[in-house]
Amino acid sequence: MNKTVLAYLVSLFLLSGSVVLGVTVGTVPISPAVIWNPSSDAMAANILWNIRMPRVVLAGLVGAALAIAGAAFQGLLKNPLADPYTLGVSSGAAVGAVMTLFFGISIPFLGMFTLPVISMIGALITMLAVMGFARLVDRSMKMETVILTGIIFSSFLGSIISLMIALTGEELRQIIGWLLGSVSMRGWPYVQMALPFILIGSFVLWLYRRELNAMLFGEERAQHLGVEVKKSKMAILIGGSVLTGAAVAVSGTIGFVGLVVPHMTRLVWGSDHRHLLPLSFINGAALLIVCDLVARMIISPTELPIGVITAFIGAPIFALIFFRQRRGGL
Amino acid sequence: MLQIENISGGYGDKKIVDSLSFQVEKGCMLGILGPNGSGKSTLMKLISGVLPPTDGEVRIDGRALADFPAKELARKMAVLPQLHAHAFSHTVRETISLGRYPHQSGWFSSWSEEDEAAVQEAMQLLNVSQYETTLIEQMSGGEQQRVFVAQALAQNASILLLDEPTNHLDINHQKELLDTIKKQAIEKELTVVSIFHDINLAAMYCDELLLLDEGRIVRIGEPHEVVRTHDVESVYKTRVSNHPHPELPKPQITLLPGVRRHAAEQTVRACDFLVTPEFVVYQSEWPLKTVSSAVVNAGSGWFRNFINRRVDATYNIDNSYEEMVGYIEDSGLKATDTVAMMTAVRTEHAIVREYEADFGTIVVSVTAGVGNGVDVSQAVSRELRVGTINTWIMVNGILSDEAFIQAMITATEAKTKALQHEEVIDPLTGTMATGTSTDSCLVAATQLGEALPYAGPITEVGKLIGAGVFECTVEAIHLYREAKKT
Repeated sequence: MNKTVLAYLVSLFLLSGSVVLGVTVGTVPISPAVIWNPSSDAMAANILWNIRMPRVVLAGLVGAALAIAGAAFQGLLKNPLADPYTLGVSSGAAVGAVMTLFFGISIPFLGMFTLPVISMIGALITMLAVMGFARLVDRSMKMETVILTGIIFSSFLGSIISLMIALTGEELRQIIGWLLGSVSMRGWPYVQMALPFILIGSFVLWLYRRELNAMLFGEERAQHLGVEVKKSKMAILIGGSVLTGAAVAVSGTIGFVGLVVPHMTRLVWGSDHRHLLPLSFINGAALLIVCDLVARMIISPTELPIGVITAFIGAPIFALIFFRQRRGGL
Repeated sequence: MLQIENISGGYGDKKIVDSLSFQVEKGCMLGILGPNGSGKSTLMKLISGVLPPTDGEVRIDGRALADFPAKELARKMAVLPQLHAHAFSHTVRETISLGRYPHQSGWFSSWSEEDEAAVQEAMQLLNVSQYETTLIEQMSGGEQQRVFVAQALAQNASILLLDEPTNHLDINHQKELLDTIKKQAIEKELTVVSIFHDINLAAMYCDELLLLDEGRIVRIGEPHEVVRTHDVESVYKTRVSNHPHPELPKPQITLLPGVRRHAAEQTVRACDFLVTPEFVVYQSEWPLKTVSSAVVNAGSGWFRNFINRRVDATYNIDNSYEEMVGYIEDSGLKATDTVAMMTAVRTEHAIVREYEADFGTIVVSVTAGVGNGVDVSQAVSRELRVGTINTWIMVNGILSDEAFIQAMITATEAKTKALQHEEVIDPLTGTMATGTSTDSCLVAATQLGEALPYAGPITEVGKLIGAGVFECTVEAIHLYREAKKT
């Protein structure tokens, strides 16, 4: 029990540390005191609350969403290489998002939530298609088969996005920048757009934490243990797609967060989903806030897309996990 | 109680299990046997509900399996599948705790004392408590299997389905695991259904067995009704021999290999016997199937070396076995490959003769001393002495089990007749002796050549044994008496 408490304390400490860093470090350094005493420096408080804080919160939400979705996908597929990006689900969400912007779709009643909702639908359809195709290829759904299927779908969906970009003229730059993944210049409306879905999606996944534990031993074993496999699977897929869709809708495709965070969390705190899911959520938020900070500071004043940073960390870890899984050992 | 009614099922259009009906009573352990592809695993999946049946149904305590919600079913029935590899590692405790999943409900349900107690008990029963925080991937196959059994037991279900629970385990762990399961089954009145590859293991532990072939029941019933040579041979398409378990009233089978023992000629000949004042020895190139009442390696077995050793009349008989084993090893022979008897008679007076009939030959070897003749019909208390009439019969032929016993009877009758002929008297009762106090007999056969199903007194081999043993015994008594005179 002590270890669990420690895990949450350490993770929350890392998160608050990254938030403080995220809002204070920048081209204009701001004293942390401004956070709790805005009146001391009105200009700094303005930057902090209207520019940096929404960016940090958004980065945190996106990171949390991608990390918890990754943890759930990995458990569901018993595949440590699965995450929204490697499975092609992010690309599916991106197609949904690009379509919404490209065709100017606006669903009545949904209003500003049209973008995330269509992204989620894109994510879910892609997820189902990837799983269906992988199962057709190989009933046992081997790790490589699933990832290869994800690559096939990513490439195909990527070409559709490129096609749509080619067909637009003036919005080209905007969409390209968004595709590489970024949380800059979004402001509070984007936070409002993503927050409800990320909370709902994470809560759904958390409800299925015990089922995920059981399903790590295989669907048949899970059924023996009393898990309603079909229902749980569907709920986890929907939860993961909602999270991916919401994250992609506000920040584009940011790769590897869902791979790196659960892997690290598992390594340090174990693979019990009752804690792996919440811890991945917290650590995912912290990681993406730090990555965003690095992205905007490393060649300041120019900003790198945040996806570049996550891929820079994530791809080697992906290689490492793959190596360990195939060659055994730790 | 578990009822299977007219159940059929398979994959796609292929029907693998075909209208099976049987039931397992509470507290009963049923073993499912059958060759690969006979439908054992499919039947198990039908019973556990993982595979929906195409026809028929499974009932638990009278209620159809399909009517159980998933969690309720898991509280009734625990399943132990075959071992699989896992992508992520759990600790032993986490793994076993999952067995409590069906007992938890609600969004925020917490770990109850009952959950904790069940997990602790399961860990203790399977002896994995000390591994509580170990990752299962770091454990050996046998230990992992124990963890999964513990997980199934933690479910506290009254029905336990096991798919080859002893796969990958060494014999000690097989026994330990099945002992634990059997003990649980008895104490908690569990209904156990288990697939077995090993017919002998299944016969030992199960109350009932079910022999499956091509999706149909060949036999179901108590082990002795199911483990029958003929059925096992036809279902598994292999030759087997059936024999009793040495301690339990359960049948066991032995495989008979398709590759035969060497076909070379091998004949026991009288001239190959070595007769010295110290012992009579016969060494065979190939093992002979032997039944005897010797000191070392009595009973039945296959042996190459045969010793009839002379010991002093004052020989300490109390630890004769150890002393004799030491003697054999000192003579450069392997005790595991040697049948050894002892006698107080001078072994240079042993009679070794060869007798011939149409089927082949037999060799009879007798050492006799009649100082302590006994009339077996007079029950008088006597002192134990070193053996005095040792009779060996070596047959060049194939003896059946009954022929071995008949050969013994025939040899004993011939010996008794020889004693009567020589008018050997029981000194205690003054009546005619039928033998001496510690006679031994050995029948060995090459198990090559002609099949000799019987060896009673009117068969060819029985006639040779009767006449041969009589003649040799009479002559050995003559030599013994002559030696006494001088």
